[in-house]
Amino acid sequence: MTAELVRGQNHPLSGTRLEIRVSAGQPVMAGVTLGNADGRVPGDEWVAHPASPKLPGLEVSRQAAAEHRLAVDLDALPETAHRVNVLLALPSGTGGPDRFGALAAPFLAVTGTDGTEMANYTVTGLDAESAVVALELYRRQGAWKVRAVGQGYAGGLTAMLHDQGLPRAAETAARIEEAIAQGVARAVAAPPAQVGGGAADGRTAVGAAGHDPVVPAAPAGGGAAAGDGGPAGSGGSVPEPGAASVGPVSYRHPGRRTSAPPEPAPAAPAAEPGQPYQPVAGDATGWTMNERLYNQVWGMFEDLARATAAYRSAVDFAESRLEQELDRVLSDPSTRVGPAADAARQEARARQAELVEQARAALDRDLDRLVVEAEVVEHALPPAFARWDNPVWQAYQVPLETPMALRLGDLHLPERRGLRIPMLVRLPLERGLWIDSGRSAGGADASLVDAAERRRLALDCAVSHAARLLAVHPVGDYSVHVIDPAGAAGTALAPLLEHGALKEPPMAGARGVSEVLGRLTQRVDLVQMAVRSGAVDSLPPDLDTAEQLLIVNDFPHGFDDRSVTQLRYLADEGPSVGVHLMMVADRDDARAYGPVLDPLWRSLLRVTPVPDDHLADPWVGHSWTYEPSLAPSGSDVLRQVLRRVGQARKAYGI
Amino acid sequence: MTVNLSKGQGISLQKADGGTLTAVRMGLGWQAAPRRGLFGSRTREIDLDASAVLFADKQPVDVAFFQQLVSKDGSVRHTGDNLVGGAGQGGDDEAILVDLQRVPVHVNNIVFTVNSFTGQTFAEVQNAFCRLVDETTGQELARYTLDGGGQYTAQIMAKVHRVGNGWQMTAIGTPANGRTFQDLLAEIQTVL
Repeated sequence: MTAELVRGQNHPLSGTRLEIRVSAGQPVMAGVTLGNADGRVPGDEWVAHPASPKLPGLEVSRQAAAEHRLAVDLDALPETAHRVNVLLALPSGTGGPDRFGALAAPFLAVTGTDGTEMANYTVTGLDAESAVVALELYRRQGAWKVRAVGQGYAGGLTAMLHDQGLPRAAETAARIEEAIAQGVARAVAAPPAQVGGGAADGRTAVGAAGHDPVVPAAPAGGGAAAGDGGPAGSGGSVPEPGAASVGPVSYRHPGRRTSAPPEPAPAAPAAEPGQPYQPVAGDATGWTMNERLYNQVWGMFEDLARATAAYRSAVDFAESRLEQELDRVLSDPSTRVGPAADAARQEARARQAELVEQARAALDRDLDRLVVEAEVVEHALPPAFARWDNPVWQAYQVPLETPMALRLGDLHLPERRGLRIPMLVRLPLERGLWIDSGRSAGGADASLVDAAERRRLALDCAVSHAARLLAVHPVGDYSVHVIDPAGAAGTALAPLLEHGALKEPPMAGARGVSEVLGRLTQRVDLVQMAVRSGAVDSLPPDLDTAEQLLIVNDFPHGFDDRSVTQLRYLADEGPSVGVHLMMVADRDDARAYGPVLDPLWRSLLRVTPVPDDHLADPWVGHSWTYEPSLAPSGSDVLRQVLRRVGQARKAYGI
Repeated sequence: MTVNLSKGQGISLQKADGGTLTAVRMGLGWQAAPRRGLFGSRTREIDLDASAVLFADKQPVDVAFFQQLVSKDGSVRHTGDNLVGGAGQGGDDEAILVDLQRVPVHVNNIVFTVNSFTGQTFAEVQNAFCRLVDETTGQELARYTLDGGGQYTAQIMAKVHRVGNGWQMTAIGTPANGRTFQDLLAEIQTVL
């Protein structure tokens, strides 16, 4: 039986001698990289590509083609290879399309040597990407499985290989390009009949046949077919302008579905007896995939909270029962000493140990399922929900719609540190954020970090959160202001400044503070007045309608009483009219103000720059350890994303 | 193939094919008895409440009832308070869902009770029943009818308790008096 995989889903493989069939509407390069146990590609000799098509157990085509058959013998692979990534890339410099959005969604099938298909996957939703990791074969408990990855890279082969940890990725990418360029004369162009067939079976996205110079004979009427099939098949991505002008204008919002019922969630297949549990990303209710993922993450959060509560209450009960039983032994003078008492004590201890063991087994069973689910879900998250090290950020595009939520970090419990639940907060933010740069009350690691280091980390966090907020909003829908009275932030803000994410440099000095606060206070006043009196169209034309984020560093330095009052006003009234606050502050610095500031701190959502257990869940009130979402050290992803935001702003003239 | 339980009778919650049940629903339904009197049209509402109390070694450790709809570990869920009872359709008016696999390991008894919150005795209630349904298939496993409207305001309906690796349900049907499950804890101790 063939499994049709959706992104993030995995499937067991029944054999080890496989053939992977690739079909794309245009000549593409197909390659394979091998990853070690950490998922990194250690060197060039672990990559099979047109310039060196053979590795032990692997063979790929020597040239770019519309159809590929890759032979894989998993038994013949090196013992240290744990992952096999199947890559597709568009050859550059051949006059063909340079983005996957311009051609049919590539289709991959994994078959046995006898041709029986085990799994297939259609890589949908690609747009500006020119390279994509389509499938991953990986070892899991001695057996091989296949996962639908579908991760595109707008930065092309180099970005993809670099992301997989290959040293000298650029050189390898260059060699591959060269080999493709030599082979391109012999390239197998897609036969015209097949393009038509592809459009008919709905697998084809924007039919590129009519627009692409590489394919010589476009069938008559191919353009019309592309216009009809384009918007439907492109899976909500922006249709290519050329294709859209041919077909009738669609008035439907590309990403919004309100009238038609949403397509059903991909339900997890019922677990076969004896088969391990197989979760599916998006296995929750919702109108869109993102809403489903959001609900699924909350479901996992609740499950983890409750499973842990059950475990803790069982352990507590075992403890209290042990104490009672020991007391009973002691309270009876006739049995207090002697072998009978020892036996009774021993029995009580054994009963306690047995119950704790049972509870642990039940907890482990539940947590193991959640770990598997978390892994699948983490792969499928969109940028707003994803960690910075998720490859989805490599293919980042400025979005057209504001997402429903944003990831602030990870949450975990001491019972299983490796199981991390994304902490998602709804957008627009209902409360301001307070990144606590002060000494924390608890947390062992916190004391190891000195005050200056904590302040620097807090600023990094602020930049990371602000960058994410900027990146997930459409162009021009979000502006960031910074107040840094003493210039204490220094170079920490550089990523925001470099690419024009900040419209103006941080405001310094008491004058800067009162100017920014005055401006934002006036904005809140005006918008509130307009909303209350229903006269939104009489707002002054120069009013910036974007949501505003004010980052305040080094509070209360440079603040006078009037500014403090304005800040409190913004914290209370701002969120409802789109003015948000992000404080990077140490509460101790402001203790001269006394309890008058307590309501301000309470009204903000406190997050920390180092892991700290101060957040409670809404169901059972465990204290969860929060860890901020930061770009991995040495990674350039933050600047890359901000650069794109800056470019988009320039393009829009904002 | 519903089993009509009589007082004190027990059934094992093993499936016919030998597998154990994973999720069961305890449903409660009732109807106000027709009233004698001058103004027959004046509605007289009876609010019965179903509760599930979780016991570990005869100590109450958790509960699902109308003020706490979900037990702390999430294994037992009350679907919501019904203040007036059914109009005689025979469906469940209140239901409690139990995810048996998720019940904490130290809990070995789950006792289901019914209380009359508005204070009427069961003499004024008719067609009251409680039934146990396999939530995964919707099949009714056991039904227990509250018979003999006596002068009492509560009843301990049934208990589901661990036997070996599985669970067993026993019909209890002990009358008692009390407004919520807290008033019944002493009575429940005697039937555990």
